Parts: sequence; C-alpha cells; structure tokens
Amino acid sequence: MNKYIERLYNGIIKENPTFVLMLGMCPTLAVTTTAINGIGMGLSTTAVLVFSNLIISALRKIIPDRVRIPAYIVIVASLVTIVQLLLQAYVPSLYESLGIYIPLIVVNCIILGRAEAYAAKNGPVESAFDGIGMGLGFTVGLTCIAVVRELIGGGAIFGMEVIPEDFRVTIFGLAPGAFFVLAILTALQNKFKAPSATNGSAAPQSKLACGGNCMNCTGSACMSNHTTLETLRLQAQEEALAAKKAALAKKEAELKAKMDKKDE
Amino acid sequence: MKELILIIVGSALVNNIILSQFQGLCPFLGVSKKVDTSLGMGGAVIFVITLASIATNLVYSFVLVPLHLEYLQTIAFILVIAALVQFVEMFLKKSMPSLYQALGVFLPLITTNCAVLGAALTNVQKGYNFIFSVANGVGTAVGFTIAIVLLASIRESIEDNDIPYNFQGSPIVLITSGLMAIAFLGFSGLI
Repeated sequence: MNKYIERLYNGIIKENPTFVLMLGMCPTLAVTTTAINGIGMGLSTTAVLVFSNLIISALRKIIPDRVRIPAYIVIVASLVTIVQLLLQAYVPSLYESLGIYIPLIVVNCIILGRAEAYAAKNGPVESAFDGIGMGLGFTVGLTCIAVVRELIGGGAIFGMEVIPEDFRVTIFGLAPGAFFVLAILTALQNKFKAPSATNGSAAPQSKLACGGNCMNCTGSACMSNHTTLETLRLQAQEEALAAKKAALAKKEAELKAKMDKKDE
Repeated sequence: MKELILIIVGSALVNNIILSQFQGLCPFLGVSKKVDTSLGMGGAVIFVITLASIATNLVYSFVLVPLHLEYLQTIAFILVIAALVQFVEMFLKKSMPSLYQALGVFLPLITTNCAVLGAALTNVQKGYNFIFSVANGVGTAVGFTIAIVLLASIRESIEDNDIPYNFQGSPIVLITSGLMAIAFLGFSGLI
C-alpha cells in the first residue's frame, strides 16, 4: 500500500505539475479566473489522467512501440470527449464557463507526459494512482492561483464577497493578471530556490536544446526530451556503478598481489 | 467582405490567441529568445494553422456532419492535424528543402500545440463556413506571429539590462507578456 501513497505524495508535492514541473500552462492561466473554475478544470483533467493512465498501462504490451503516440492521443481524445459530454449533461454551468478549454485537455502536456513517462512502464494500479496524484497536484495548483486571482481581482473567495468593490484590482481577473500572478510565483520560487522547472533545479541542466527546462517545451518535443533526460540520468547512474565496480576490482587485485607477495 | 475583415482583425488583435486566449503559450515562452527563430516559428504556425483550418473544415462538413458524428470532432481534429503536420513535413523535406530548412525544426513542435486545435474548434463553435474558417485561421496565426515576434524583440533588447536576481529568467518574460496583454486589451474597442 505504501507504494500507492508514495505516488500520491509524489504527484501532489514532490513533482507538482503546476509549481514544480510547470506543465500544462495554457489551462493554468486561462481558466483560473475563479476558484470554482480552477477546481472544475483540475478535476476534469484528473478524471482524464486517471483513466488514460489506467488504459494505457493496461494496453502497454499490446500497443506497438512505433505507433504508441497516435494510439495514446486517440485514447486521451476519447476520454476527453466522454468527460466533455458528462460535464455538458450534469454541470452545464461549468461546461459554459470552461468552454473551449475542455476539448483542449487533449493537448495538455501533463497527460501525454505521464503516459510516456510512467504509464508505459508500470502496472495499471500504480499508474492509476500516479494519475490521481498528478491530477490532484494539478487541481491544487490551479486552485491556489485561482484563489489569489479571484480574491484580488474579484474581491471574493469561492463566490463569497470579501473585499468591497472600490478596493479591487480588476486587472488580476483579466488576461494580464494571469501573467503577473505566474511571474510573481516564479520569482518567489527563484528567491527561495524552491525546486522548479523555471530555475533549473528540478531537472539536471543538460546539453539538450531545452536545457532540461520544461517551460521551453511543447507537446511531443516535451515527451521525447523527458525520455532523453531519463536515459541520460540512467546512463550516468550506470557509469557511476561501473566506475565503482572497476575501483573495487582494482583494490581486490592490489590486495591479491600483496597477499601473493606475502605468501612468497 | 466587411465581415471577413472583421473576423481577421478580431482574431489577430482583439482576441489574440496568446495574450487573451492563452493558447500556444509554451512556444510563445520557449521559442521567443531570438527574433529570427520566432519569425520561423510564426511562419510555421501560419502555414500549419491555415492548412489545418481548411482540412478540419472539410472533414467536419463533409464527413462528420453527414454521418451525424459531430461529437467525435475532438478525436477527428487531433488526428487530422497530426497527420497533416507529418505530411507537410515529408512534403517539404522532399520538394522544398530550403523552406524545410527554415521551418522544419518547428513543425514537430506544432502538432500538439493548443493553438492549432483551438483554432479548429473555434471555427466549429462559431459556425463559420469554409471561407470564414480560413480567414479566422489566418487571423489567429498572424496574431500569434505578431505576439511572438514582439516578445522576442523586447527580450533581445532587455537581455543586457540589470534585472533583479529573483526576476531573471522566466519571471521577467511573464511580466513582459503581461504588459503586452494590457496593451492588447486596448484593441477591444476596435470592433
């Protein structure tokens, strides 16, 4: 059971997709005008992520390696359509306010990224828990940003008015405010040297085109870069292991030589 | 004719795809270090979005609507766009190597870019016909190019400035884009 809780912790705190990995920036900025929208978007993405991880992981031995990306996209797009129809039927108000950003979940980097990085290599149950963790992490991130924007821009928290109309800064509810909130967030992460893709401490800096910086990444390039990063990391580990082994072997040889001398 | 111009201006400036819709944000922040590369990216986006608007409109009105499969639009569009980008890449590589040299590296970046799918879905949502869809696609892509080239030239000129340590890197880029978004809000009185 511990393994599953570790997945949740990893998704929500250690590798939070919004704050640490900086993935899926489009919905992060677009729908965070009110806290309800943020939660709605986060939970819709979570639903898609859990089921896409589950299905992709269950089919990982059947899908041929060369057509895996198109296969993943079809699976994700079907799930997004299902979520879209469910929202339209049962939560029409949320469907209206999220609008075009619901179908755009298909191209959200988090979903294909997790499919490629985790679900394609692990069992269905772990992958589903990974999806839950990542999805909740995304929801938490969106909700935090949305609460700040709603409070400063609209003077309300979850629709409850807190600040009188004269003291609101309307610009935070509009498009520019989204950029400013994110700018301040990344500046704070720089200040406190928090692990984040923007200050390069989350992923090892490398000679890749992106420098291991997820903010410079999009779609398919993002996934291929992630795999490259991972193979680089594995290579480094293997090299370190090999070096250790060589050192050990050398020591043993020296010891043997000494023993031989003594014997003589 | 007047409506056509309104659609193009509206999608390029008033509802700018990046600065008011937040679609295609990743290349906007990632590929905007140099004016040259951002121009290349802009060119590739114009090329792909225009073709994608044409292709998705044809698929929608001649395949999905007659078969009453409108609810499959997301799946159909993403597959059409992915296939289209692959095809364009192969075609450019074979027949126009010089253009491929200029745009080639950006093409794979565009496949899963929200802006392309977003433009195709907006066309359907607003019920545009074929010509209006193409106009909207071109307008959207031109808006993307304007925004990314502007940001790149600003980034080039602030490169040597003395920026406070905590704001170096992405925070200053985000603040710049926020200020640009304020400027683009001024266009909202245009229509």
